[in-house]
Amino acid sequence: MAAAVPGASRARAAAALLLLLCCCGAALPGGLQDQAEQFFRSGHTNNWAVLVCTSRFWFNYRHVANTLSVYRSVKRLGIPDSHIVLMLADDMACNPRNPKPATVFSHKNMELNVYGDDVEVDYRSYEVTVENFLRVLTGRIPPSTPRSKRLLSDDRSNILIYMTGHGGNGFLKFQDSEEITNVELADAFEQMWQKRRYNELLFIIDTCQGASMYERFYSPNIMALASSQVGEDSLSHQPDLGIGVHLMDRYTFYVLEFLEEIHPASQTNMNDLFQVCPKSLCVSTPGHRTDLFQRDPQNVLITDFFGSVRKVEITAERLSLDRDVPGLESKFPEEELATEPLKYAEQLPVAQIIHQKPKQKDWHPPGGFILGLWALIIMVFFKTYGIKHMKHVF
Amino acid sequence: MRQVLAGADARCLFALSRLSDPAPRGAGPVLSAVPAERARGRRAALSFATIAVVLGLPLWWKTTETYRAALPYGDIDGLSQQPVQLVVPMAVVFAPGSVPGDLPRPLPFRDVQEMEISVNLRTSVTSRYEMRYRSTTAQEEAALAAATAREADAALYPLQDTTLGSLTMYVVPETSSLLPQGISVYVGKHRSALLRAGGGLAALQARLREVTQLMSFTATSIAAALSDRVPDGQLGPDARRNLKSSLGYEITFSLLNPDPKSHTVDWDIEGAVNRFVKPVLDKLSLVANFSVDSQILYYAVLGVTPRYDKESSSFLLSAHSLPHVINPVEARLGSSAASLYPVLNFLLYVPERSHSPLYIQDKDGAPVSTNAFHSPRWGGIMVYNVEAPASPQASLPVHVDVDMARVMEVFLAQLRLLFGLSREEVPPEFLLESPGNEGLADWELDHLLWAHTVENIATVSTTLTSLAQLLDKIGNIVIKDDVASEVYQAVASVQSAVTELSLGHLLAAFQASKEAVTCSERAFFDPSLLHLLYFPDDQKFAIYIPLFLPMAVPILLSLAKIVRETRLRKKEPTKMD
Repeated sequence: MAAAVPGASRARAAAALLLLLCCCGAALPGGLQDQAEQFFRSGHTNNWAVLVCTSRFWFNYRHVANTLSVYRSVKRLGIPDSHIVLMLADDMACNPRNPKPATVFSHKNMELNVYGDDVEVDYRSYEVTVENFLRVLTGRIPPSTPRSKRLLSDDRSNILIYMTGHGGNGFLKFQDSEEITNVELADAFEQMWQKRRYNELLFIIDTCQGASMYERFYSPNIMALASSQVGEDSLSHQPDLGIGVHLMDRYTFYVLEFLEEIHPASQTNMNDLFQVCPKSLCVSTPGHRTDLFQRDPQNVLITDFFGSVRKVEITAERLSLDRDVPGLESKFPEEELATEPLKYAEQLPVAQIIHQKPKQKDWHPPGGFILGLWALIIMVFFKTYGIKHMKHVF
Repeated sequence: MRQVLAGADARCLFALSRLSDPAPRGAGPVLSAVPAERARGRRAALSFATIAVVLGLPLWWKTTETYRAALPYGDIDGLSQQPVQLVVPMAVVFAPGSVPGDLPRPLPFRDVQEMEISVNLRTSVTSRYEMRYRSTTAQEEAALAAATAREADAALYPLQDTTLGSLTMYVVPETSSLLPQGISVYVGKHRSALLRAGGGLAALQARLREVTQLMSFTATSIAAALSDRVPDGQLGPDARRNLKSSLGYEITFSLLNPDPKSHTVDWDIEGAVNRFVKPVLDKLSLVANFSVDSQILYYAVLGVTPRYDKESSSFLLSAHSLPHVINPVEARLGSSAASLYPVLNFLLYVPERSHSPLYIQDKDGAPVSTNAFHSPRWGGIMVYNVEAPASPQASLPVHVDVDMARVMEVFLAQLRLLFGLSREEVPPEFLLESPGNEGLADWELDHLLWAHTVENIATVSTTLTSLAQLLDKIGNIVIKDDVASEVYQAVASVQSAVTELSLGHLLAAFQASKEAVTCSERAFFDPSLLHLLYFPDDQKFAIYIPLFLPMAVPILLSLAKIVRETRLRKKEPTKMD
């Protein structure tokens, strides 16, 4: 008797649970469908690219060729120059050792000149420093910087960041004189996120031990790819015997082969990019990191980052204007300059400049170095000759 | 005699020499100096150590400290938790014969309605409508006796409270002929609306709520303004497409002529800007600074080849190829030479003779009446078809005079849509007065100001909070005085903006919020706040050890020796007992 009652109540509970599950089961697909559709589409309205080559000197030809090839692809897929920040040492094309001046080739036998005649380098030569790179990313730029050197992204921008050069475990070498650490890079990305300077960010790095650079990222919506794991070296692809140096790195070479098949309307997704350059071709193991990214890489199109596909809407409304409006005097009439045109000589008071007397320089007390030098001389003198000679000095 | 004296002298000398000898018997002259010497040595070591610790350490600490001006961290923390209250002062005026029977109190009386718009778990905005119910004055009755709603609106305009953000609703009797048949609400060009009475108080209040939400702000418009705080997935990617609030905008009109051999296109852009665009921009000048420029581009082609349609014998651009049109053109627009403000591009495309006439198709395949499309946060493109010349022997190039009024109608409509002022989701029984050449009604300007003020306040509080977190976390960054003063100014402006919002002064709140945004952006993006040198602790040790260790080792060793000696001395007396 006692056993029957709990049994009955258990059966009832089970029936209730089953009913609940069925209801939930019916409701869930609807909700999931909506969510899936929303996650399918990225909410970005514009695209930016920051392409950085961190080496200089002739034997690092391949890094410049890497960056320029990515630049070409990104331009071909639609991102305009005004939205690309290109940082190159730019000392390959006009290098005295270049057998074909004004060219940078990415395939041997001089097949493809990636320098071209419409490349727009924003930061060249010694301007490619860690400080400038971090300033570009965080936006803390001096007010006199021209617009082409700024990253004017907003919260609806997808940014592609490509870096190449020589790197190590946790750092990347800039121009053989300084380095950027993975902690600094992660902090810079966090500051970009705090100010909502990106919607989604794709970070690609082609250096030795590249995976160490994305280990420390902690801001949301970042996807990272690297050409090699920690402890591995990224290798170069092919030397050209005419030019004498290696022309490209393996990882970027195969990424570019992959990108050649992409056109602005293609639907290829990120999972295919992760498969590029397996160990058999690349010798190093490419890695990727997607845990910070909210969407599933399956749903992320390549053109979300490499191309620039805009959302458009049909304009269905029209304002109705009264055509017979006379030309309005603007509410803020411009003041007429009633002065007579100035002649050059009047603007430049040459007479005053020529006959100026030289300014009296203010007297400054002697600085530390001079004082120290004199103290040393006096000390040596007295050590040698004894203190009784002081009266001869003063 | 001499021998006695010599003996006494010798004894005196010996006694004297005894006196001058300080050493105790048996000790010897060497050991006598040691305790004094040792004491002096001990004192010297202790004084070195004291000077090093008392003078040296604080001096080193002070001179290697980075200058950090004080920041109001407490106030900044309070900003993010501050509740924002949007107050809309409203007057509801009952014309004679329209007073509903079930009013809770006799006219005139005041009522307050509050609603909470929750954005996410922590942030919520409350909206508060302060309503004054009253009956019409004699002048208002005379104005309401006009023939049409438009005339009544124009006559009522001087009698209203015209401060930004306030609304006036006039309730007319159900049988009034002011409102046409089937229309129950007429929204004027300024900040007033005419409502038809009918049903009880509850129906009237429901209609009032609809109208006030249309004319001021809705929950979705506030949520869209605060879009970066809304958790992802709730709003959907399409909601965040209005132009972000900015201090200024740059508008560029471009004429694209891909075929100059066939068409010589003349457009009087300066005249059109003076006649049509300037009134709209003058009205919007409260919101931001606008600057306008124009250019003509030759041989600029669209990136897409249009399809020839035999039935209409015209060329068609389908809706799904439109996204690819903009990119090839954008490189030539020269927007990188424009100002640092967001650029809005309006392009007028005159198709080539071989592709004329060109029509844009929408998703259903019907040609679009305006023949134009726009892209959020970028601008718009309109296709202007030129009629083919009457006789095929007409000499090329054909001269084309662009009808600027038709073009500007579309461009200005696109400008409104880019700002988010759309009249599409209006219920059918509402009649909205067209704003005419001004481009937007006063209440639409209010709509913009509400959204921008809320967005500015949210931006400032996130900026300042993240700046405070950054400066707190990284102790190496120098905080200059002018950065600190900008932060103080931003905090004060934001607090005043929130206060003004809660008092119902929209214009003052908007201006305070604009100033707060300027100051906080200047503080956040100050070039001196770059944390470049990442100093891990092992690098700090590597720098300081070669400097301090050589000095510290003798001091520490002598201190250790002193301590050991004092301990030994303390132990000795007990031993000797």
